[in-house]
Amino acid sequence: MSKEKKQKKPKIKLGRLEKREARVGYLFVAPWIIGVLLFLLIPLGQSFYYMWFNIRITPLGTNFNYVGTQNFTQIWLENPEFPQQLVTYIWQTVVEVPIITVFALIIAMMLNSKIKAKGFFRLIFFLPVIIVSGPVMNMLVSQGASSIPALNTQSVIAALDTFLPYSVAESIGELFSNMIMILWYSGVQILIFLSALQKVDPALYEAAKIDGGSGWECFWKITLPTIKPMILLNAVYTVIFLSSNEQNELINMIVSAMFSGTKEKGYGYASAMAWMYSVVITLIVLLFFLLLGSKKDVYDRMVKKRIREQKKEARLVKRIERRGRRNVKKIERARKKRNYRTYDGSGDD
Amino acid sequence: MTAAEMIKRAFTREKLHQFVFGTREKQGVGKQIVIYGLLICIGFIYLYPMLYMLSTSFMNRDDLLDTSVKWLPSTLYLQNYVDAAKSMDFWMSLAKGILIAGLPTLCNLFICMVVGYGFARYDFKGKKIMMGILIFSYILPSQVTMIPTYVLYNKMGILGTIWTFVLPAILGNGLNAPIFILIFYQFFRQVPKVLMEAAAIDGAGHFKAFFRIAVPSAVPAIVTVVLFSFVWYWNESYLTELYVQGLASKSIWTNLVVQLKNFDSAFESKAVTGDMATSLNESVRMAATSLSILPLLLMYLVLQKQFVESIDRAGITGE
Repeated sequence: MSKEKKQKKPKIKLGRLEKREARVGYLFVAPWIIGVLLFLLIPLGQSFYYMWFNIRITPLGTNFNYVGTQNFTQIWLENPEFPQQLVTYIWQTVVEVPIITVFALIIAMMLNSKIKAKGFFRLIFFLPVIIVSGPVMNMLVSQGASSIPALNTQSVIAALDTFLPYSVAESIGELFSNMIMILWYSGVQILIFLSALQKVDPALYEAAKIDGGSGWECFWKITLPTIKPMILLNAVYTVIFLSSNEQNELINMIVSAMFSGTKEKGYGYASAMAWMYSVVITLIVLLFFLLLGSKKDVYDRMVKKRIREQKKEARLVKRIERRGRRNVKKIERARKKRNYRTYDGSGDD
Repeated sequence: MTAAEMIKRAFTREKLHQFVFGTREKQGVGKQIVIYGLLICIGFIYLYPMLYMLSTSFMNRDDLLDTSVKWLPSTLYLQNYVDAAKSMDFWMSLAKGILIAGLPTLCNLFICMVVGYGFARYDFKGKKIMMGILIFSYILPSQVTMIPTYVLYNKMGILGTIWTFVLPAILGNGLNAPIFILIFYQFFRQVPKVLMEAAAIDGAGHFKAFFRIAVPSAVPAIVTVVLFSFVWYWNESYLTELYVQGLASKSIWTNLVVQLKNFDSAFESKAVTGDMATSLNESVRMAATSLSILPLLLMYLVLQKQFVESIDRAGITGE
């Protein structure tokens, strides 16, 4: 056993070839490392630094005034808009992401079944990816092209209002009125699901059919577990897309705070907002990771269990061997003292 | 046997069930009707805003006010498009937009390819941490680094030029670059290592192996990255306005999407001088919207196959 352990982690010094290879690897990645330092890590630190300051830009230069947590207290206590929008954003994201993901999955399943004109339908469902940009969406929404006129939102709200609190009913109604826009955001997700579905091994379905599994069972026991990583991928993609989308009010608030001329706002104030916003986004992404993240699948778990059992067995065998050796010694000793007898008489001389 | 009995025998309950719901081997007609019906309905919902936009953009003022005209305009009124194009400065914005989206895309493509290859082919210390940072940089919203980056560009004096898009792209931090790096990483890992070793034995250096073996084998990934990068840069109105335009109206850089964003004010200011034949109304706005998505739409129709199969080919979903 101990030998195997040593083999797992060889502590060999890198040879000259490996070292050279590693150097070339660094060379290939170098532009990205510089970029990350310049455009990610340093700005991240800087904005963390900025958020404790009140920054005023004067013709003579930039003035930094240390204000401590004043930016935060101002955002939370004096500017009611930001917390309100933040709550709306969280609520919207948590509701819309599952809707978009499930919808994309349904469409992908339908496209994956044996139908004609598959290419044509794919063409339509992917079309929004090409044209969704902030201003285009704003234009369409403001002209009322984003809701289906046949779907009367008010009646939906009124119907829900009877057994739900008004705020919940209203947000669900809002969801309905923006249904097209929500559907439009699922173009990439549909394609990701579709290509994952096409890669599920058909032999699995055949085997399940022979064993008498229905389509419903096949979906829950074969399709869903196979494409589970893609569900997570799509959920995360959707969260990121929704949060960096120009339809998002929070982003506009941050920018307007950044360039606002008032005394208390400015770069520092906007940095504090941006930090809180990104913490919230990271938390939402984490939430989806926790919900959808793959627990080790059954096979992996069984392999691990088997390995554990094997180790236990090996230990047992060793113990028996040790005990056997000890017993042999004991017998030897007893034999020397000549007071050892066996029934078959082999102990007797 | 009477006719009624024959019919009865032909349409037993089981057969009807099979006909509608299908058997294990064959899909039933009923199921197919449901699928087609749903797909066509949802497809119509998808296209509805576009159809609405198109039909409205051809209406003149009388049609807009006339409630009996709903979908088909009474005449094909093209003045909306003429005025919208004039207000948006269509051809100039189109050319600049192509440049703004195209140049960073090329940089993005090349650098992401190089970096993805570096991650996939070589082992070095800290690779795992770097991959972690890569994924983190995708999750992190750009708003948090936006302010210091803006200050940085301002100090470098490149605010309001196309360099604000090209420079991060050259350094592997362009728009959505982490996704592209991961696509290439995934792709190059599938190139068999034996192939590389064979090339090395035949005397190819690291760079020759990259250009002669890795790059030609990655054509599907290249197509995907170019298409997506172009579309995403094209549709990015917000960063374009902030960095490339630098929020200054005097900057020469603009693209169609940004023009659309500021359409109302631009149209009003031009209408004051009396250039416009129409006044600002729904139709003109919709005409402007269709103009701003027209170039990408044409591109999509021409390259539809590449677009639709792109994700399939890029190997995001694994093999």
